Amino acid sequence: MDAPNLNKQIPSIVVWLLLLAMPYWLPAIGGYVELGSEVVVLGLAAMALNFLLGYTGVLSFGHAAYFGLGAYGAAMTIRYLVPSTGLGIVVGIVVGTVAAAIIGPLIIRLRGVYFAMVTIAFGQVFYFIAFRWNNVTGGDDGLTGWTRLPLHFGFATIDIQNNPNAFYYLVLALFAVSVGVMAWLLRSPFGRTLIAIRENERRARFLGIPVDQHIWMSWVISCGFVSLAGALYALLNNFVDPRALYWTQSGDFVIMAVLGGMRSFWGPLIGAAIYVVLRDYLSSQTENWQSFIGLFFVLVVLFFPRGVLGMIRRKVMS
Amino acid sequence: MSLLRVENVSKQFGSLIAVDGVSMTVEPGELRAIIGPNGAGKTTFFNLISGFLTQTSGRIVFEDDDISELLPARRVWRGIARTFQITEVFPELSVRENLRTAVEVAAGFRLSPWLSGDADGEIRARVTELMDMGGLAEKADRLVGELAHGDQRATEIMMALALKPRLLLLDEPTAGMGDQETYDITQLIRKLHRDQKLTIVLIEHDMRVVFHLADRIMVLAEGKMLAEGTPQDIAANEAVQAAYLGKTAA
Repeated sequence: MDAPNLNKQIPSIVVWLLLLAMPYWLPAIGGYVELGSEVVVLGLAAMALNFLLGYTGVLSFGHAAYFGLGAYGAAMTIRYLVPSTGLGIVVGIVVGTVAAAIIGPLIIRLRGVYFAMVTIAFGQVFYFIAFRWNNVTGGDDGLTGWTRLPLHFGFATIDIQNNPNAFYYLVLALFAVSVGVMAWLLRSPFGRTLIAIRENERRARFLGIPVDQHIWMSWVISCGFVSLAGALYALLNNFVDPRALYWTQSGDFVIMAVLGGMRSFWGPLIGAAIYVVLRDYLSSQTENWQSFIGLFFVLVVLFFPRGVLGMIRRKVMS
Repeated sequence: MSLLRVENVSKQFGSLIAVDGVSMTVEPGELRAIIGPNGAGKTTFFNLISGFLTQTSGRIVFEDDDISELLPARRVWRGIARTFQITEVFPELSVRENLRTAVEVAAGFRLSPWLSGDADGEIRARVTELMDMGGLAEKADRLVGELAHGDQRATEIMMALALKPRLLLLDEPTAGMGDQETYDITQLIRKLHRDQKLTIVLIEHDMRVVFHLADRIMVLAEGKMLAEGTPQDIAANEAVQAAYLGKTAA
């Protein structure tokens, strides 16, 4: 809370340098730029989830619903309404955020496992709609027949359609804005009320914080950024299918956050990176790649309950 | 005008009547102690006043407004702050952060995404003032969860005080403390009452503390009010001695 000293800034500086240079070093070590984009997109989703999980203390198992709504919002806008990538992103964010704002009041009174269960239930509703409504959503086959399009500004055109580096930097710019807003909120008086709720809900209530209202706000903010991640995910793949809404996708976000460390700001991004890279590598070796990710997850939870970043931090401190 | 009027309040849990038709009037500036054997309904009574529980029947009036149906946060906004028998703080935050959160909420910044430099300066000054008053200045940057019990309790009381309450409810402020800690907390409460003219209602088991601090004492037993009066009245009351003081003396 006090003047940030340089030591505390080092992790952030390292993260930003790695992200900024990713299209250059990732191919050199055997990756490809789209993989980097995926890390950043899923990292944004996991960090958005962690705004609620790690900083408000509320576990959602239904964030895929808003991720998927963002994805379908973007894809359907471009496919059916206007061939504009920018508008697709905006519609994706609005659809996901509005859905979260409406569903919020129905669930925020619940706590713990009850909250988690109900978020799953609501998520599954959207999944089945996308799955069944064949002629609009493409059903199980997904929504195809569209692609992301170059961004046109009055003075210039950025070809995010064919240039993976350009798309990566678009994703990174939106990631930077989102993460910046979340970091800034967490350092504000409002953010401290969220941390207060995480630490001790009863004390927060008796400080005069209307806890349900603040949880609702945290939920909407978190789902809003997840919707953006979903929209970017659809653009990255030029495709969206109902699995983006399925509850196991929500579980993946939770795994990323816990794997990386939900008490660290950057933890979920690290978790997403580990998840994406492991999946990319393992799935080229074996069909049972999920078993290995599962095993890795169990080991981390057992031996490093604060996640990979939490462990590194402890090593550095001692 | 009385600050707080509790009118014939009852609370029933299933077949158990935890609080049974209790009334109490607290005047501004008063320090009221509530005593009684375990299970007398003291904490339930506190929970009704602070809104943690809702009464089965009866009415609670604060500064001439009926607050019986208000949510806890709204009662806090009206000026009722409380502490708990088992200390409720933010254990993984520092003393400074604990108090800062309380001060910011009290100053109306709970929804603010930013603070002006002036507001930030005032908040810091207020936090420092509270830490000094609670004897916590040296532990400002320690995590509250790592502090001794007495310091955790002092932090909790200072957080309640940060809310600038007109009524402070303390549930067993010296519970589980050694002699020195009990003395320190007692002095702190005395100071708040004497110097700041704060109205305080406290539940307490330690009779030294009660008779040292209280202007008036209310005795609860089995959910009912057994007696009410000055410390001298209570000490002389035979029903109280039989039900309570006698047992502790024996």
